[in-house]
Amino acid sequence: MKIIAIIMRIIQQFIRDKRSLALLFFAPLLILILTWVVLDQESGNIAITTVDLPEKMITKLEAGEMQLIEVDNPDESLREGEIDAIIAFESNALQITIDDSEPSNQQAVMMQIQQALATNQNGVPVEIEKYYDTEIDTTFEYVGPVLIGYFAFFFVFLVGGISFLREKSQGTMERLFATPIRSWEIIIGYLIGFGIFAIIQSFIVVLFGVYVLGVPLQGQLVLVVLITLLLALTALTLGTLLSTFAKNEFQMMQFIPIVIVPQAFFSGLFSIDNAPAWVEWIGNVMPINYGANALIEVMIKGNSIGDILFEISMLFGFSLLFFMLNLVTLVSFRK
Amino acid sequence: MTSIITLEKVSHSFGNELVLSNVDLEIEQGKIYGLLGPSGSGKTTLVKTIIGALTPNSGKIYVENTKMPSLKKLNDIGYMAQADALYEELTAKENLDFFAKIYGMDRLNRKKRIDQVLNEVDLFESKEKVVENFSGGMKRRLSLAIALLHEPRILILDEPTVGIDPVLRNKVWDQFNEMKRKGITIIVTTHVMDEAEKCDQLGLLRDGRVLASGSPTELKDQTHTRTIEDAFLYYGGVNS
Ligand SMILES: Nc1ncnc2c1ncn2[C@@H]1O[C@H](COP(=O)(O)OP(=O)(O)OP(=O)(O)O)[C@@H](O)[C@H]1O
Ligand SMILES: [Mg+2]
Repeated sequence: MKIIAIIMRIIQQFIRDKRSLALLFFAPLLILILTWVVLDQESGNIAITTVDLPEKMITKLEAGEMQLIEVDNPDESLREGEIDAIIAFESNALQITIDDSEPSNQQAVMMQIQQALATNQNGVPVEIEKYYDTEIDTTFEYVGPVLIGYFAFFFVFLVGGISFLREKSQGTMERLFATPIRSWEIIIGYLIGFGIFAIIQSFIVVLFGVYVLGVPLQGQLVLVVLITLLLALTALTLGTLLSTFAKNEFQMMQFIPIVIVPQAFFSGLFSIDNAPAWVEWIGNVMPINYGANALIEVMIKGNSIGDILFEISMLFGFSLLFFMLNLVTLVSFRK
Repeated sequence: MTSIITLEKVSHSFGNELVLSNVDLEIEQGKIYGLLGPSGSGKTTLVKTIIGALTPNSGKIYVENTKMPSLKKLNDIGYMAQADALYEELTAKENLDFFAKIYGMDRLNRKKRIDQVLNEVDLFESKEKVVENFSGGMKRRLSLAIALLHEPRILILDEPTVGIDPVLRNKVWDQFNEMKRKGITIIVTTHVMDEAEKCDQLGLLRDGRVLASGSPTELKDQTHTRTIEDAFLYYGGVNS
């Protein structure tokens, strides 16, 4: 079978290409670790000081997770970053001053203060219930699922695209055109050959993310692998498609700022809930949008396959579309 | 005389550049046909249209009465490209094995044939070597081996002996003659005059046009010259 011949050849080639192998399997882990180091900090360690606060409130605050510090000059301490907030009690109202020069402070401080003061206010007990019961308390745990999908996408796109491109620049693609192989056999062979490595990569990245770095996993692991794999398939078909429009490796790199970086904005790492409608529309044509959504559904919200059918079919649709376009361009190149 | 390859008014341009201009060719079965022409005259473009890797803007090409491009016909054609198109990460044997599978050869036949062609191009000793570490001439020979691999009835070889030393070059030409005796048709492109002398038929190509064709002796007689080189210059002078 000609397809099997291509698959076997790709496996042989790829196993000898240690650099690409490392780029596919270890680079995503390395970047995951880096983001983990940076983002995996609990939002604790918030230092505040109080001014003229009633004793009752102070006890409540002390029971919370914040650190209460006595300072002589609250304003100056805030400026110097010794404390993150000042809570003052003036004319029967709470006045909270926050050091908002650090982006993460504001939310964290408000949350902590609310939590500390909410309970038993006016004698009515307040209970805060987490809907998904995620026990997430670091930024990394929030963005982990998205990162897993994003990096899987990125590296498969790069490695798959470049090696397909090399077929063209080495002349081996044209050489194949002089043999009785059909264009679709070439592409299918390529997708399966590379797909095998994409499967391995998906497993490595997901298992590492979940079991080593502690990305939350409320739902089923196989769903996560499935989504990652579909994302990788989309990346692979897109990478091979775009590689036909690049003359060399450098031109392939130029697709990164055009194709890969913008996807980050629509991956759920940044909130676009309040963006204008056309921005949302752009998001609709970004594969990562669906992949990231599905990953959040499964990993954080613990939903099952029924809730991500739409996302799964979209990813599948993208792959199919890119595959067909691949076929069309290859057939037209053969002429 | 039965012609096995026929080109009728084949023209092709890349952008504005007319690379093949109304080429008519008849190539007879069981002959060594040489396409002789200076660099850029369109030799490579011409053979690419014959194997169907390039569809010309106009004109018709028939190989054994099948209109090209035809995937099926490619089973009968062995092709050696001018630029070595090899999988650099693989060994010589793995390269051959891959192409053998693409041509649908069965396992037993594959193994036997691979050893055979490796011997024919003097690469048997290097069969386990990764192609990346091959010299230019070794790559050339491996490309030739791939073209011979599936025992095609027609061989189309684009400058097969470039970068191959004189001793091996002679050996390769002996092989061509051997294959010719078996009824195989061979088309070689070249710009080396002494190789042209060894062909049965020659097509002189310049600027995408066939200036003249015939056997080396015919061409020399017609132009009252003593070498192919002079004959070429004669036709070039007449036609320009
Ligand atoms: N893919 C291409 N795109 C644009 N122009 C091309 C392309 N391939 C060939 N040409 C042009 O067509 C002309 C003929 O090229 P071709 O490769 O057929 O020459 P050749 O006779 O094989 O030369 P050489 O002996 O150097 O191999 C050249 O002028 C070349 O610039
Ligand atoms: Mg050439």
